[in-house]
Amino acid sequence: MSERKIRVLVAKPGLDGHDRGAKVVARALRDAGMEVIYTGLRQTPEMIAEAALQEDVDVIGLSILSGAHMALVPRILELLKANAQEHVKVFIGGIIPDEDVPRLLHLGVVGVYGPGALSTTYIADIRKAVL
Amino acid sequence: MNLAASILEGNRLALARALSWVENDTHQGREVLSALFAHTGKAHIVGVTGAPGTGKSSLVNKLAWHFRKLSTTQTPYRVAIIAVDPTSPFTGGAILGDRIRMRDLAGDSGVFIRSMASRGSLGGLASTTAAAAQLFDAAGFEVILVETMGVGQAEVDIARLAHTTLVIEAPGLGDEIQAIKAGILEIADILVINKSDQMGVENTERALRAMLELAANHPDWIPPIQRTVATLGTGIPELAESILQHRQHLLHSGEWRHRDHLRLQSELDFLLKETLVAQWRDTISINLYQQTLEDLGARRISPHQAVQMLVSGGHS
Repeated sequence: MSERKIRVLVAKPGLDGHDRGAKVVARALRDAGMEVIYTGLRQTPEMIAEAALQEDVDVIGLSILSGAHMALVPRILELLKANAQEHVKVFIGGIIPDEDVPRLLHLGVVGVYGPGALSTTYIADIRKAVL
Repeated sequence: MNLAASILEGNRLALARALSWVENDTHQGREVLSALFAHTGKAHIVGVTGAPGTGKSSLVNKLAWHFRKLSTTQTPYRVAIIAVDPTSPFTGGAILGDRIRMRDLAGDSGVFIRSMASRGSLGGLASTTAAAAQLFDAAGFEVILVETMGVGQAEVDIARLAHTTLVIEAPGLGDEIQAIKAGILEIADILVINKSDQMGVENTERALRAMLELAANHPDWIPPIQRTVATLGTGIPELAESILQHRQHLLHSGEWRHRDHLRLQSELDFLLKETLVAQWRDTISINLYQQTLEDLGARRISPHQAVQMLVSGGHS
């Protein structure tokens, strides 16, 4: 058996159009040897769940700057569950108010990262969660 | 859970998982492939190749969309897409971005898109792309669009895998000399000039047409040249029609069966080579291998002599 590759879906749900952060993260994960499926801007939760299923990813990285995370994230987790993909680990990056972080973690999100987070941190966290 | 049975029933999660197993070349993956092999051989595999930036992903997106809407068939084709992107040779990672251009297909349960990293393979495909296509074939997808990674002139693997190979060009990308270079044009069953609303389309078409006249390696199928603008959908119905015509041509001329035969033969040879090398490796000592390598480096023996030495287990 060849070496196991970590497959990550990087997606931007919702309507904000700023994808610099998502692209930087995608690049960092690639440089860490992962296979990154980049889906681009303005994805609906349904599109994200569908892509995660077709691509059989281990991890979903969501970039959310719009403030709509408490609406989008529960919906995505719900759809993953409906597709029997509860095993997929969800990470969030972007602008998330401190008080929402425990709520997201409680929902099942594995990690939440704000501006200034180091790539070494989330790369290590992804490896730990998956392997 | 019997994965093969679930795939035949149309379970998408089972298919997605099997694709991963096959891509990782696991034992389970091989078992699933063997269990499903009797159900393969029906799908029309269409290869899409061409230089980076010619619009392959957008074209695949619009083609798939068109095949889903065909009114001539009672039930529209189910379409699978395999999109291959390059793996970084330095880090082993990859960014697979073809889905960005395939948004129109979201939410359609008759479409299944899978991104594949090349994982070190040259020739535009991953080494397991053909096996992935077999899974889609067994799962009942009538059309499988395989988009190569677009590295340029050496992507001839796709011609071996596909029934119909589209070579995508765009105006202003290469001069006539590019077109003369061997390989990429000779594998084309259909030539597509995408972005044909741009300047220079006449020159591109003239160069391609001249090349085709010289090539003439398809005695009974002259590759048509189709102009498209994928982003606008211009020329897509005509291109789809050409693809279906080529399929008819393959079926009627016996070429379909012939290509299937060649494909299976190359797969058999490939697996045979891999298996024999693996078996041989188990019989040979690391020390002998290292010693031979050293002799080779010191120019005491030639590469051919080294191989003789190793396959005979050191008794030469």
